[in-house]
Amino acid sequence: MADRPIRVLIAKPGLDGHDRGAKVVARALRDAGMEVIYTGIRQTPEMIAEAALQEDVDVVGLSILSGAHLDLFPRVVDLLRQKGLDDALLVCGGIIPDEDMPALRRMGFAGVFGPGTFTQDVAKFIREEVARKRGAAAQ
Amino acid sequence: MNPESVQQLCAGNPRAVARAISAVERGGAAARAVIAAIFRYTGRAHVIGVTGAPGTGKSTLVNEIAKQYRRRGQRVGIVAVDPTSPFSGGAILGDRLRMQDLSGDPGVFIRSMATRGSLGGLAAATSDAVQVLDAAGFEIVLVETVGAGQSEVEIAANAHTTIVVEAPGMGDDIQAIKAGILEIADLLIVNKADHDEVSATVAALEMNLNLKPQAENDWRPPVLKTIALTGAGVADAVEWIGKHRAYLEAHRLLELRERARFRAELEMVVQRELITRLLRGVNGTKIETLVEQIAARELDVYAAAEVLVGGIQNGANPIFAATD
Repeated sequence: MADRPIRVLIAKPGLDGHDRGAKVVARALRDAGMEVIYTGIRQTPEMIAEAALQEDVDVVGLSILSGAHLDLFPRVVDLLRQKGLDDALLVCGGIIPDEDMPALRRMGFAGVFGPGTFTQDVAKFIREEVARKRGAAAQ
Repeated sequence: MNPESVQQLCAGNPRAVARAISAVERGGAAARAVIAAIFRYTGRAHVIGVTGAPGTGKSTLVNEIAKQYRRRGQRVGIVAVDPTSPFSGGAILGDRLRMQDLSGDPGVFIRSMATRGSLGGLAAATSDAVQVLDAAGFEIVLVETVGAGQSEVEIAANAHTTIVVEAPGMGDDIQAIKAGILEIADLLIVNKADHDEVSATVAALEMNLNLKPQAENDWRPPVLKTIALTGAGVADAVEWIGKHRAYLEAHRLLELRERARFRAELEMVVQRELITRLLRGVNGTKIETLVEQIAARELDVYAAAEVLVGGIQNGANPIFAATD
């Protein structure tokens, strides 16, 4: 059975209103052959989890600039788990201090991409991780 | 599909619905299993197609139409289609962005779909996804096409009521009399009705409708004005969808349209299956061999096709082994 295109939700939780970075990443993932569901700014954790559920995505990517990641991200992760989406790959990006990285990784974020990241690297990371998860699921 | 998943799907469990739609999108045996399990539970939803050029406000209008039905207590499923890049195979699915008012409402299910190479304004699996939502008990299913040009008319065959959305200033009266998308409209909506030139657009569409010979019982599409951003005019549009539904019922057109759709779908599936199986070769004749013979001018294309198709008529042949 042919693999379906990788489906990615790109969402911005919280109140910061700048989504240039999220759009650049969304566009880059499109150009890497992925189906990107883009839901825009000012999303609540509930909205993000609901979209991930209905769209049956492989990847949830959160972008945040406001500094509220340690407050908002755990709520998103909890809701995803409650809805049975614990197999989705979690990645995030934006303005995230180095000292918060370990906490995010413990939360389940496999990839944390800060300023200066090459978009190709994000695409490559997602492609490899999803291939690994699909391989594991098929066994 | 196991009975438990079918039960969950029919109860409207969002995870079950989402996974079933993924399966029909994947096609092949996975899709067939889902449709086989749910088909008997379909046929209840009113399917409303929304089409029109990019940027006319289809998604925002779908959002408002859905809110109207929610106020009436009906559950709403939405399939929103956006184009797949012919270069990368990727897609940006951005219709949800305009439908944020609906989030948090368990009576609404929104699914974005990429065309994955299909032309005609829909994805190959759109009609199967509609059936999943139908079986899941959504009484209203809204299907938003890709931003359509003039000939993406596939939606008309898949919907009970087709809405064509225009925006003011999109063209003159010559545009209005061209063949194609305007002809499939059961409702014509001029959205962004707070913009200039709205009356000229309405007049051009009305003129075009007036030129069509109208028999006594024919449905005449209303030309409606909406401002989807504020919701103005949308309640009226939903009234008209109801009138169109009543018209279809009164003239037994629901049955006719359904049969026409099943016929078209059956033809399409038979074509696809036959071609897949034939091209794998008949009675040991491989397609590559035939291509070589054509290239050597030993056979022409019609004669070569007859070798494959004639193989079916001669009975007992291996192509009817089931495929995935």
